[in-house]
Amino acid sequence: MKITYSNIQGIEGPLVFLRHQHNVMNGEIVHIIDPNGIARTGRVLEISENVTVIEVFQGTAGLDTDRTQLTFSDEVFQISISRDMLGRTFDGQGRPKILKNADSFPELLPEVVRPICGTPINPYSRSYPTDVIHTGISVIDGLTTLVRGQKLPIFTGQGLSHNKLAAQIVKQAKVREENFVVVFVGIGILQDDAMYFEQRFKESGNWQNVISFLNIASDPTIERILIPRIALTVAEYFAFDLDMHVLVIMTDITNYCEALRELSSAKGEIPSRKGFPGYMYSDLASLYERAGKIKGREGSITQIPIITMPNDDITHPIPDLTGFITEGQIVLSRELYKRNVYPPIDILSSLSRLMKEGVGEGKTREDHSEIASQLYSLYAQSLEIKELESIIGEESLTSLDKRILNFGKSFEQYFMNQKFDEERDVITTLDLAWDLVSTVPKRNILRISPEILDKYYIEDARIKEKLWGR
Amino acid sequence: MSRQSDQGFILSIDGPVIGIKGLKYQKIGDLVKIGHSKLTGEIIKITDNRSIATCYEYTEGLHVGEPVLNTTEPLSMELGPGLLNNIYDGIQRTLPLLREKYGDFIGIEQEAYALDRKKSWIFEPKVKEGTKVTPGDIIGTVQETNTINHKIMVPMGVYGTLTTIVRPSKYSIEDTIYTIKNGKIEQKFGLFQKWPIRNIRPYRQRIYPTEPLITGMRVIDVLFPVAKGGVVAVPGGFGTGKTVIQHNLAKWADADIIVYVGCGERGNEMADVLEQFPNLIDPHTNLPVMERTVLIANTSNMPVSAREASIFSGLTIAEYYRDMGYDVALLADSTTRWAEALREISGRLEEMPAEGGYPAYLSTRLASFYERAGLVHPLGFPDRVGSITVVGAVSPPSGDFSEPVTKTTRRFVKAFWALDAKLAYSRHYPSISWTDSYSLYSEHLEEWWNKLGKGWGKSRIDISEILARSDELQNIVQLVGKENLPVEQQLILFVAELIKNVYLIQNAFDPIDRYSSPQKSLKLINLILDYYSRSLDVVSREIPLFEVENLGIVTEISRARLSIKNKDVDQFEGLQKKLEREITGLIERYESS
Ligand SMILES: Nc1ncnc2c1ncn2[C@@H]1O[C@H](COP(=O)(O)OP(=O)(O)OP(=O)(O)O)[C@@H](O)[C@H]1O
Ligand SMILES: [Mg+2]
Repeated sequence: MKITYSNIQGIEGPLVFLRHQHNVMNGEIVHIIDPNGIARTGRVLEISENVTVIEVFQGTAGLDTDRTQLTFSDEVFQISISRDMLGRTFDGQGRPKILKNADSFPELLPEVVRPICGTPINPYSRSYPTDVIHTGISVIDGLTTLVRGQKLPIFTGQGLSHNKLAAQIVKQAKVREENFVVVFVGIGILQDDAMYFEQRFKESGNWQNVISFLNIASDPTIERILIPRIALTVAEYFAFDLDMHVLVIMTDITNYCEALRELSSAKGEIPSRKGFPGYMYSDLASLYERAGKIKGREGSITQIPIITMPNDDITHPIPDLTGFITEGQIVLSRELYKRNVYPPIDILSSLSRLMKEGVGEGKTREDHSEIASQLYSLYAQSLEIKELESIIGEESLTSLDKRILNFGKSFEQYFMNQKFDEERDVITTLDLAWDLVSTVPKRNILRISPEILDKYYIEDARIKEKLWGR
Repeated sequence: MSRQSDQGFILSIDGPVIGIKGLKYQKIGDLVKIGHSKLTGEIIKITDNRSIATCYEYTEGLHVGEPVLNTTEPLSMELGPGLLNNIYDGIQRTLPLLREKYGDFIGIEQEAYALDRKKSWIFEPKVKEGTKVTPGDIIGTVQETNTINHKIMVPMGVYGTLTTIVRPSKYSIEDTIYTIKNGKIEQKFGLFQKWPIRNIRPYRQRIYPTEPLITGMRVIDVLFPVAKGGVVAVPGGFGTGKTVIQHNLAKWADADIIVYVGCGERGNEMADVLEQFPNLIDPHTNLPVMERTVLIANTSNMPVSAREASIFSGLTIAEYYRDMGYDVALLADSTTRWAEALREISGRLEEMPAEGGYPAYLSTRLASFYERAGLVHPLGFPDRVGSITVVGAVSPPSGDFSEPVTKTTRRFVKAFWALDAKLAYSRHYPSISWTDSYSLYSEHLEEWWNKLGKGWGKSRIDISEILARSDELQNIVQLVGKENLPVEQQLILFVAELIKNVYLIQNAFDPIDRYSSPQKSLKLINLILDYYSRSLDVVSREIPLFEVENLGIVTEISRARLSIKNKDVDQFEGLQKKLEREITGLIERYESS
């Protein structure tokens, strides 16, 4: 039996407080009719002795305490999922977006109905991800390899080229296979950004494999908390029921976290750092940990969340907590961006934790992890020397220092820098790395084991000229 | 517990925190079964006539008014054969069994025994009927894995005369193995016992640790060693290498038993362990490392209350093996996630927050964790010695070590492996900072090392001095450039770089470098230090520095960590000879001209 109330006790922010008389369910969906007769939806967040706290997805503007009606549905939030979702766009509650050409789409016939919060994958059921996704981008393939089933966020700043990079990854990631699905989740983003992605997906011919979920900046804030969960529930169906490889792009997690903060402060919770709730780590984990692979199943969920670091600050709680959960991060640098390096990836603070099992003999090439480590080491040294140079002048540098400094410059110019439509296979990337490393005397190459070094190091002095002549 | 059933109902729900009314016999720590789906929870607070429980499972879908049953028993671990080579969640549900019964996702209403009820074990009695027994007495053994002989011990609090004991044969976990009579009461016992996770298991006597836990990581074994029975914290920002260090310890440390608690961390890291460990061979026993390992996985997306419990679950299992006389290493990754679970629950109870929102009792709780480490004589006959070494990863927000959990943890640990993001950025791993780390165990371990060969104590001091001098000199270099320093100082810079790049750095994934035996660690550092003192002599003869820098031996020293296998440490003799030869040659060349 559905019970209806119309005696709201209080309204605050996105929350409605209701004195209940029946046995309310935690997480229960509440149908709300506002004083103008318009329907809204809410969800039970907390039940104290007599009062139920309900979050209203569309916000509480226009609600009052006596004419608003609430009906308890005795159900938790669920979403209908179907293969026909491919190539279509949905709103923050998972309903098909009404587009201009909407009537050209068939009604969706649900194949399954699932609660959106998901349940944790049994750690014992996980299969450790090892299949590399070749993105054709040297910095990523060479140094921060992306693996199927990984969660690898892009940490970026306002106005940097993260959208372009994400689009290039989707375009080049060999996504045209039959069983590949892209789930795009726009969380509080600008309409322009949404359109940018749509166009890029269409250009690359991937549109029929894309499912979009959009909550744009002017849409209700609370829906931002639902939308990634809805999208991931759909992703799980395609990955683990239909055996497909799903790539989930979520942008922008910063907007998600701000919605979380808003909700938490309306509930009057004790805030942690910068006003964000103390449980934000666990909350983010409940999204990110939905990436992965499961033993005995073909499919996978790979996540590329995009996080705008407020004030480019990587220690801000949002990127910080994310970095503690994800399997590495790709960090974009404003400095490189200004110097027109694309993709402007700050390699030193970037990392892929799943790289070690994904690269090497039989996968990419035997020298991969060692040469990568060497590149990091030399590039880090070159940056230090550059700083030194700016203080004491070039004349006071040792000749080795000068070599390393030069290495750093060419590394940025030839290795890091790449065009939007340029695709380098991993062998090209690794060969390029050896060209660069071979400009430094062999005995200063300390990260590479003797056999590998002897095999790949290019002794010939001409190589150095070849490179400088580029 | 022959009470009538104690039942109440749900009054309120706030995430994992459940208000209950109507219970009559509730005590703090009682396990309750919440709702029609019988979710497990633990009573943590009692006020007026209501109780507050935290629920170990997700509470979405629960209604107020649903019944709550009090089991009146505390959360306990099942302790017996079958723990090793197994993986549990934070409240000891067997994950492989959960998977077998319910599939790949952990939902509600799932149950799985901790110890396999069907499996049988060969039991060997060690005492005769009629013997007087006390708690901790070993009355028999079971070969649990190829490496570990499981001691069946008289449970705590049980005294009396052994009235019956079975013959050597196969028994399952629930069979009666022995009976003990005390006065008129005769009790039956099987192969396993239970112990409440929040209580310390008693022992006879604590002793001061004097033996190192050999880790195979040079920077740890030589510079910042930990003793068996010691406590260490490993703080570091994200991606600085805490988990790799913990995994490394689990793989190569010379403990008998590893209890690895993945507390609020990644699911894939547990999958990594599960896939790798069965194929890794313990260098000390030549058997798969999985056979000495118990895993507890309560990943970041699993319920926080169970995360809070997981650390104590791990400790209880560790104490149980310690009581058998084993050296146990308890590796907790990460204690910060555990503290955050405390904070989250405390916040929902609307307790007064202290620093950083953590409850005021953070420090008592942390103490109750680290206190359970140590080297002890356990209770019971025969007398034996067992230890628990605790290594806790700490994940300070923004890598800032002044935050409450890191700060408080410092008070309880005697070794501190501070991870440095700058080192990690340049892929200098393990990124253990040589300036911010320390170990108070070193002086007690020197005797052990001296038995192995000469110079551990002195080498440590020499390395520290060279590194410290080099750090000072770097500041001067920033002003005048390297070329303008006196040549002895340039040499220090060169040797310091050598120590960092070919000694302190260690690649956890290189088949040779990942484990450096104590002999190899010692020989390599002695060689480097010898190179330093000989070079000092060379440059004092006004021979230019580049000559010693360019000696062939430098390249070989640089490669040694990657090229010389632990079993081939004799090759260092050859390198030593070569060093002497090249230096003498160099001096002769200059002095004759
Ligand atoms: N000794 C090592 N040798 C080689 N690589 C290492 C070593 N230590 C760390 N790394 C590299 O650094 C990465 C991050 O390390 P790790 O996962 O241990 O970080 P963490 O401190 O546990 O981070 P978080 O707090 O986010 O869990 C690893 O995936 C690996 O690539
Ligand atoms: Mg870690």
